[in-house]
Amino acid sequence: MAFTDADRRRAKEIIARYPHAKSALLPLLHLAQDRDGWVTPDAMEEIAGLLDLTPALVLGTCSFYTMFKREPAGRLVVSVCTNVSCLVNGGPSLLEGLRAHYASDDDVFVEEVECIAACDLAPVMQVNYEFHGPVAPDAAVDVIGQYQRGELVARTVSGTSLPETAGSKSGGTA
Amino acid sequence: MAVEETRIVTKFLRSREKDSWTFEAARKHNKAYSALEKALGMEPATIVEEVQTSGLRGRGGAGFGAGQKWSFLPKDVFPRYLAVNADEGEPSTFKDHMLLERDPHQIIEGVAITAFAIQAHVAFIYIRGEFALGAERVQQAVDDAYANGFLGKNILGSGFDLDVIVHRGAGCYIAGDETGLLSSLEGERAMPRIKPPFPAAQGLYAAPTVVNNVETLSTVPHIIRRGAKWYAGLGVNKSTGTRIFSVSGMVERPGNYEVELGTSFRDLIEGLAGGVRDGKAMKFFIPGGASAPWLMPEHLDEPLDMDRAGELKTMLGSGAIMVFDETVDPLLISWRLAKFFAHESCGKCTPCREGSGWIDKVLYRMVHGLGRPDDLDLLLDFGSSIVPGLNAPFAQTTICALGPSTMSHVVSLDRYFGAEIRERLKRDFAKRAPLEVVSA
Repeated sequence: MAFTDADRRRAKEIIARYPHAKSALLPLLHLAQDRDGWVTPDAMEEIAGLLDLTPALVLGTCSFYTMFKREPAGRLVVSVCTNVSCLVNGGPSLLEGLRAHYASDDDVFVEEVECIAACDLAPVMQVNYEFHGPVAPDAAVDVIGQYQRGELVARTVSGTSLPETAGSKSGGTA
Repeated sequence: MAVEETRIVTKFLRSREKDSWTFEAARKHNKAYSALEKALGMEPATIVEEVQTSGLRGRGGAGFGAGQKWSFLPKDVFPRYLAVNADEGEPSTFKDHMLLERDPHQIIEGVAITAFAIQAHVAFIYIRGEFALGAERVQQAVDDAYANGFLGKNILGSGFDLDVIVHRGAGCYIAGDETGLLSSLEGERAMPRIKPPFPAAQGLYAAPTVVNNVETLSTVPHIIRRGAKWYAGLGVNKSTGTRIFSVSGMVERPGNYEVELGTSFRDLIEGLAGGVRDGKAMKFFIPGGASAPWLMPEHLDEPLDMDRAGELKTMLGSGAIMVFDETVDPLLISWRLAKFFAHESCGKCTPCREGSGWIDKVLYRMVHGLGRPDDLDLLLDFGSSIVPGLNAPFAQTTICALGPSTMSHVVSLDRYFGAEIRERLKRDFAKRAPLEVVSA
């Protein structure tokens, strides 16, 4: 989806913080992802225009970082760590449990991630980058349910509010 | 005697669990920014000397002298930048995560003092993308510091200006390498750069730049407040002061513990973290993050001393200690670490890009009973193309330390479990039916 005027104003504020405009690339990608739930090709072109870069350069940076999703991922991104401290504390069974539970749910995207620096909470997961741990698979489903019902709300990376439809595979626009 | 922590950097956040991150609590109960006030009355060069005298070494992994790093900036070249490495990602390290969430003002005070000491007027705090709460609290703390005259123009009437920009990463281990971080901050892929030029000469935007870890900077206000001699009096040999160790894995009480350097691994793991849980015996432990070669129970009485760790052919690295009990298969841990490094290799240097993937593949078959009798030697053979000599301190054929890190767990397997693994590979191989030879 193309940037609105408000998005562009926000983007220009972000660019103005940096001594060199290109440093705003990651923050602008976060802004786009927070709005749409993923980084759309349109958004990358828009960002390229704002920073005077080629879209290929924007894609080159974007595709390097695991937090940026380049296709609709789902309204909730659930990240489960299976690195060694979580590995010996039930991380893999948490991952398997959640993958099975949400296998046909388009709104919950379960991903395996590397260490997220909360090993005292192993096995640990994040729901839209909010930490929860230690959690057994059943308890994790409960927590995710609270986000689905809006009882828990995750922060966004860019500090903007997340529209209801962001990331949704059914309602989102590309 | 019960083992106790020596809390300096973590004292305040432990004393006020409910509000240590707020400006009001930090000012009222922790004299936040009083060290900055003192520093602004000193000569910048004196601050650099003071931190050099304290012996403070970087807490991110490499353990390089903080004051020494600052002293490398070329004279009279401006602008200069300070970049705070808050991209904590070394597996099993979670100390900076705690400092960001629970004592952001201590970090900002350290940033302001350091920026003044190196005469930088812009500082970036590069926070790991996944740290939602930590980033929110640091941003709030930065805003409060601006509102109260501790950041911005003419700080406390000293004539010194400093802008602090909170920047978020986006999921990438190698952005924690100091030159990778600078590439990322410039909007690029976080690929490390060849050194020299070192960041002190040509860093961010090719200007002189200092990159320091969160814990390192959190320590600086204490050194200014209480003096370099006091700090240098703590610790052991050339490892002065205290460090926060993140203990995790199979222990009774995983968590962050701040202890004086020189404390033994035993006091830390058994005394503070409660030892291996469920009364089991320890099989091995990793003393400094995923990149550090392993140690065995026989090393528990060794001191937490960065140079002594080097003599044991490992390192204290990022201060992450992972403990594994007797039921754990060392091959499984090794393979999981290999998978991590293969995933996080940035792809810039061929030995690491190709090698990390092959280490992952060979270890996968080894741990799943599909190994071949000489697989461990195969790993050591091609691994020595990434790490010539295979011995710590590592030589490397790659730009950054991720290359040699891909082999440190394999070297450890060979060092401590070599005979049993070679036996196991032979057994696994013999169990499988030999391939039928089809004659033409």
